[in-house]
Amino acid sequence: MSAPAIPSPAPAPVAPPPVETMTVKVNGKTLQVPKTMPDWQGKPQATTMLQAARCAGVDIPHYCYHDKLPVAGNCRMCLVEFGTPMIGPDRKPVLNEDGSPKIAKSVLPYEPGTPRGAIACATPIAPGMEIYADSPATKQMREAVLESLLINHPLDCPICDQAGECKLQEYSVQHGQAGSRFVEAKVHKPKAVDLGPRIVLDDERCILCTRCIRFTKDIAGDDALGIVNRGSYNTIAAWKEGAFDNNYTLNTVDLCPVGALTSKDFRFKMRVWFLKETKSVCTSCGTGCSITIGSREGVIQRYEPRENDGVNGPWMCDSGRLNYKWVAREDRLKDVMVGGRRSTWTAALKEVSAKLAAAPKGSTAVVASARQTTEELFLLKKLADKLGAQTASVARTGEADKLLVAADKNPNTNGATLNGFAAADLPKVAAGIAAGSIKTLVVFGEDVTQHGIGADLLAKLETLVVSDILPNATTAAATHLLPGAAHAEKRGTFVNVKGRLQKFTKAVEAPGDARAEWEFLHDIVLDVTGQDGFVSIEGLFNQMAKEVPAFAGLEWAKVGDTGVNVPL
Amino acid sequence: MSFAVPATLEARLDELTTHYPQKRSASLMFLHALQEHFGHISDEAVEWTARKLGLTPINVHELVTFYPMFRQQPLGKTHVKVCRTLSCALAGSAEVRAHFCEKLGLDAHAHAPQTTADGKFTVEFVECLAACGSAPVVLVNEDLHEKVTAAKADDILRTGK
Repeated sequence: MSAPAIPSPAPAPVAPPPVETMTVKVNGKTLQVPKTMPDWQGKPQATTMLQAARCAGVDIPHYCYHDKLPVAGNCRMCLVEFGTPMIGPDRKPVLNEDGSPKIAKSVLPYEPGTPRGAIACATPIAPGMEIYADSPATKQMREAVLESLLINHPLDCPICDQAGECKLQEYSVQHGQAGSRFVEAKVHKPKAVDLGPRIVLDDERCILCTRCIRFTKDIAGDDALGIVNRGSYNTIAAWKEGAFDNNYTLNTVDLCPVGALTSKDFRFKMRVWFLKETKSVCTSCGTGCSITIGSREGVIQRYEPRENDGVNGPWMCDSGRLNYKWVAREDRLKDVMVGGRRSTWTAALKEVSAKLAAAPKGSTAVVASARQTTEELFLLKKLADKLGAQTASVARTGEADKLLVAADKNPNTNGATLNGFAAADLPKVAAGIAAGSIKTLVVFGEDVTQHGIGADLLAKLETLVVSDILPNATTAAATHLLPGAAHAEKRGTFVNVKGRLQKFTKAVEAPGDARAEWEFLHDIVLDVTGQDGFVSIEGLFNQMAKEVPAFAGLEWAKVGDTGVNVPL
Repeated sequence: MSFAVPATLEARLDELTTHYPQKRSASLMFLHALQEHFGHISDEAVEWTARKLGLTPINVHELVTFYPMFRQQPLGKTHVKVCRTLSCALAGSAEVRAHFCEKLGLDAHAHAPQTTADGKFTVEFVECLAACGSAPVVLVNEDLHEKVTAAKADDILRTGK
């Protein structure tokens, strides 16, 4: 070793030891795969045939297997034919004439003419193993498994809510056969079971993969589901109807590969193929779970977790998932208002800029919500700096849980802090108004009357510029009201409680005249400071990255879909 | 009827729990004892067992529903068990059971054990009663009836009050 050993208090991460590999062959392609790979908890475990096939770019169909759940191995969908190098009586490999190792295909011990499959999800690889993921024997096994799974299935795809995102449909098309030999009467099981406050279960569609049981027991920590009865009468159930009620139940709907578990909120609302999917971030707490927004014709229909191992894994909580309806509320602020009258953006922004520019230095305060995007907070800070304004934010705390929910209920507290907005400064604003030193107040996204700046204080102001999404006591008192956009209606970034910066994109249009705050803030900043920024979110973000040390070196285009960690 | 486990039974079960490395392993013994005492395993019994063994009720419910000889409802006074294993099936046990059901006003196509509304009779299919030579056989409470015909079945119903 030639590297000098310099002791340092915070050693740079040492290069990981070289990964031990093993040679296997997948569908005739020889490749090296790691001997161990992460299991559902991320611990290294012997690489399975399913993982090895993935390394070769071959996806082996599966129902019960899930990367982030304990392996159950009960659905049999991932059965594959395989072979291992033959060992002679002398314990040495048997070779072909050309010197290559002779492979013994797996066969039934009592019936050597019949191939014997192994479940790829739970069978570790061995050196020299060959996996035949598309051999005739493998195909036959898949057909048989699918035929078996469909024996008691109602085949009610036309009225099934899962249609379009159903693994049973997909695999039947890819790997199944057209007909079934089953002519007997199907077993009938409970339909439309009220499993919990947010879940409906159709037991006839269930293929008993037990993903839901394993999730709720091993991930959510609520051992509430089980399989009752036996044989072909096996049925997923909770102890009592409606008893499946923890804050993560809707993940079982995502996990369910078929149409058995459905969300009460989403079922029968929309055929999934009509949904436009947009990558976004949940705003219900400081965790900021990555989500996919499903929308159609400008209306959000559902949130689903988007897998992000840096934040939420594949899960999200029910309360966050269902917290989207406010975006489409009827009473959304839609009009630009000046002095209580409807105005236009051009006129209102001109007047706001003029008022701010004319305000004596130090007579202004800016209260910005930690629910605004990082870019908006950056622009507000620029404005505040020019005006010598007192800045403040608003803290919002609640209960945390062990899995995902954070105590901080603001999605962007760190984005606010990094841009110089602190909740601790709010009393200073109140005091300034009370003392008469602050005459102009700019409020973005908060009802300050709920946070120590009551209507009496607001009445003392000369100018109150407010931007918000929904009406409240502060927007009612505004001299200048600028309707803003929900996160789903604009682009931007949030920095979560652990310092993960994630970007989100626009799913739907803002209602009426409402506009993304960063767009009109750009205009105000230009008018007041004379600094022209960027009229695109990319340019704005890159500018912010140059000026805010925590974001140094970042570029919008380089922040991937799962975000990056920034120093706090 | 309120659910109350006698102190002696509870003490016996508590002692029994100590025989196992995990409390959960005592589940079946608990259920046997409770069924023996109460005649069937009620929801309260499931919840009581779960509480005693540190389980969730669904864990115990899975067991109760898995084993057909755990009863979730009280049985009728006369318990008619019709064998349906091969010899009896070939000798017409399905007809025998259908006859019982018909006479008692029960659904001959139902899967699970059925009890008449007056609580007098329970009819169910069971597996081999080990009397294949005289199929079809029916076990009525503890008495074995061999080569059961419709007429014999009527006799059983007449006497089993």
